[in-house]
Amino acid sequence: MTVWRLAIREIRHRKLSFLMGVISVTTAVACLVGAQTLLRADRVITEHVLQVKQTEVESAIAAKEESVKQAGAELEDAMRKHMKGLGFNILIIPKEQSRSEMLLNGMTATMPESYVDKLGQSRIVTINHLLPSVSQRVQWPEHEREVILIGTRGEVPIQHRGLKKPLLEEVSAGKMVVGYEIQTELDLKVGDTVTFQKQEFTISEVHPERGSTDDVTVWINLKQAQEMLGMQNLINAILALECDCAGDRISAIRAEIEAILPGTQVIEKFSQALARAEARAKAKETAETALTQEKESSQAMLLREEQGRNQLEQQHAVFAAVLVPLVLAGSAVTIFLLALANTRQRTEEIGILCAIGLQTRQIILVFLSKAAVIGIMGGLFGIGLGYWIGWSLGGLSGNSLDWQLLFAAGDLLTTIVAAPFLALAITGIASWVPALLAAQRDPAVVLQGG
Amino acid sequence: MLLSIDGVSRTYTDSDSTVHAVDDVSLQVAAGEFVAVQGASGSGKSTLLLMAGGLLKPDSGHVQVNGQDPYCLKPDARAEFRAQNIGFVFQQFHLVPYLSVLDNILAPALAVSEPETRARARALQLIEQFGLSDRQQHVPAKLSSGERQRAAMARALLNEPKLILADEPTGNLDHNNADTLLGYLSDFATAGGAVLLVTHDDRAVACAQRVVHLQNGRIAEPVVNAVSSRR
Ligand SMILES: Nc1ncnc2c1ncn2[C@@H]1O[C@H](COP(=O)(O)OP(=O)(O)OP(=O)(O)O)[C@@H](O)[C@H]1O
Ligand SMILES: [Mg+2]
Repeated sequence: MTVWRLAIREIRHRKLSFLMGVISVTTAVACLVGAQTLLRADRVITEHVLQVKQTEVESAIAAKEESVKQAGAELEDAMRKHMKGLGFNILIIPKEQSRSEMLLNGMTATMPESYVDKLGQSRIVTINHLLPSVSQRVQWPEHEREVILIGTRGEVPIQHRGLKKPLLEEVSAGKMVVGYEIQTELDLKVGDTVTFQKQEFTISEVHPERGSTDDVTVWINLKQAQEMLGMQNLINAILALECDCAGDRISAIRAEIEAILPGTQVIEKFSQALARAEARAKAKETAETALTQEKESSQAMLLREEQGRNQLEQQHAVFAAVLVPLVLAGSAVTIFLLALANTRQRTEEIGILCAIGLQTRQIILVFLSKAAVIGIMGGLFGIGLGYWIGWSLGGLSGNSLDWQLLFAAGDLLTTIVAAPFLALAITGIASWVPALLAAQRDPAVVLQGG
Repeated sequence: MLLSIDGVSRTYTDSDSTVHAVDDVSLQVAAGEFVAVQGASGSGKSTLLLMAGGLLKPDSGHVQVNGQDPYCLKPDARAEFRAQNIGFVFQQFHLVPYLSVLDNILAPALAVSEPETRARARALQLIEQFGLSDRQQHVPAKLSSGERQRAAMARALLNEPKLILADEPTGNLDHNNADTLLGYLSDFATAGGAVLLVTHDDRAVACAQRVVHLQNGRIAEPVVNAVSSRR
């Protein structure tokens, strides 16, 4: 016979009271562990969600960046093509050439042809594809009409860069390229032979309609043109293509050319290519702006998501902070009342145990043993139930998350390990006073009835 | 003298009334003696018995059991003293409801330091002796009144006390069972123990060697039953 056996027998005898005690401890511990599991699950899911979103956003941005890059590459390529089709946009002419005069009557001033070589040998970077030309409005006596005669030679390579693929084929001696109007009016085709100021030329190319003075222009070899116009070793202009450079291009170009060829001026010819390039550049810029906006908005989205999750976590934390102590207190009171009722129920038994000589501490021990059993059983059930509740409510069951993440921070593990001790402490404290009351009860009062 | 009660008084004081339950009572019970205290209901029998058993401190007077005043001991020592020297039997049996007959009988072993096996052997012997062998695993609720009182009697005897204090032990028993129990009490006295029985039952009184009448807390007149008394 032991005090322990006494306690166990009593538990088996009064199952309902014991069960109620266990349930109330289970509730308390389940509430605590459940809340902890839930809060921890919140954190794990938040981290998971944010990570997934971050990855999504990053890959979306990467895709956009890739497409912007491609758009840029396409733009560059397109620019080259258009430049080639529509011609040069930088005109280097002698300083004394009046622009009004030039626009009204064509080129009048001249400069030495050697300028183009000088430019070619320089380390110029802002322009490309140098093309020296002479250009005069002249009479085509054989056909009794006026044309613009342009003499060009092949492109002059810029030394320090090596020869790029030329934009234009050289018009070789004895060959002639004609504009659209002339070609249609004179009914010319490639291979025809024409006479221009008593010299014979073979048509090597006809240009499609451009809607500019090009349509009334004939191109011949520079040397032949110079002789024809009495301008040996002189040229009217150097055409060039500006580099695809950033910034205030035209002033950079002017500064550079001014330094190499002081006797010249630079005019930027408006070209459709330029407009298109600008449009494309604008499009690229727009795409880049869109990319930045995308980045910003996804950053904001991530932030909102995080704030939302944090808010949820905070709500849960506040809820837990209110609910858990409440439930703990409630269970403690319930256990206290149950223990009190138990001691009242056991008055007779306590009286007789006293009479036959059990000591106060043994009586207390009988009650505390029972409290310990309730505490441990309730604690263990509570852990299981609480963990299950936290897991289900925490939304972890739907996720393929590793459950070990829950314990990574360690606080949940601490709670679970501490829970039975806490349950033991609660039941112990709540049962202590009733046990003391029981032990203090005067057996004489009970036994007198006999 | 195994039990010596010397001029004890006990007064119950409520907020509005004072009851002199026991008033200057002296009584001696020697080893081998069976003494009955007879009195009407409310005459102070139970109060006197509890004072004799070290469970209720008298307001005045002295009690000695086996030469020791239990009220001079500290509560824990007094409890152990009770466990070793006194066996109680009550009208209400006061068995522990969730313990089997065997465990009930063994309960007093909790209060003394004695090997479990010895207590167990004696418990089984008492069970045998009191005809409870086929009831030893039953809880009190499944026993008849006679069986319950025999179990209570066996419990009182477990620690081999010198003194048995019985408060109306036959009150809830039929004639046969009452006779059986009284027989056990007589046997205990015959074997050298002291028995103090309080009752208002004339048949119970008939078994005692000496009867003391209690009236309103005072001893009325000494009556010699069988053996000579010493006042
Ligand atoms: N705890 C108490 N408080 C107040 N009065 C009490 C208390 N216990 C007993 N009394 C009173 O003391 C008197 C003696 O009571 P006691 O129980 O000793 O009588 P009794 O002879 O055992 O009676 P019964 O034969 O009915 O058991 C009674 O009048 C009773 O009302
Ligand atoms: Mg009584």
